Amino acid sequence: MANQFIHQEYLVAGNNFNSAGSASEAVKSTLKKMGVASSDIRRVAIAMYEGEINMVIHAGGGIALVDIYYDKINILLNDKGKGIADLEKAMQPGYSTAPEEVQRLGFGAGMGLPNMKKYADVFDIQSEVGVGTTVKMTIYFG
Amino acid sequence: MKISELSAYIDGTIVCNADKADKEVYSAFSSDMMSDVLAFVLDQGVLITGLINPQIVRTALMMDIECIVVVRGKTPDAAIISLAEANGIVIVTTKKNMFETSGRLYSAGLKA
Repeated sequence: MANQFIHQEYLVAGNNFNSAGSASEAVKSTLKKMGVASSDIRRVAIAMYEGEINMVIHAGGGIALVDIYYDKINILLNDKGKGIADLEKAMQPGYSTAPEEVQRLGFGAGMGLPNMKKYADVFDIQSEVGVGTTVKMTIYFG
Repeated sequence: MKISELSAYIDGTIVCNADKADKEVYSAFSSDMMSDVLAFVLDQGVLITGLINPQIVRTALMMDIECIVVVRGKTPDAAIISLAEANGIVIVTTKKNMFETSGRLYSAGLKA
């Protein structure tokens, strides 16, 4: 059992705000079918959805690689966007560089990265200006 | 209260998943910022918002919110409604503003 897993890859389109979150929606549905506890599904859904939204509003899209095991999920989000100049600042709740138009869409309150860190059991972010950003998250079930 | 009762308190219209209007809801969260919904909602079953784009449905879905109340007389478009329909989320629209909607529902017994 321990080495059985589902691997899923999603392209997160950067030019379509309306479709942002569809990868998280699909992962949520897979976990539900697997019978994962709803509180764990919620943590996965929030962390991944925040990541997807970030890639769409800041980075022109990216990819999401998801590995689901019986006891955990690994999520890797990778984009070739502009990168984050000051990671320490970006991790502070309420700090946002999102333009006003993004805030009119209901996002960019500076809660995305802190929220991802809060709900993931393991959270790692690497970013280089002009190169892109990679977020790795693990969430354990149960 | 049932979603159908909630709708009546705010002179609302149920625009999708009317067959689920018998569901009981106990608490609500009011916000136009979906970021804040993702950061602050715990187990609230109702989202009261004046924002209309498909992300209100995605946000509700991620947070296991069963009912979205769209305030200030705004009309969700077909894309929003079909996404809500597919995910079993009831949408109620009302002409009332967010303050009055929240106040009426709070007075009627919905918790924060």
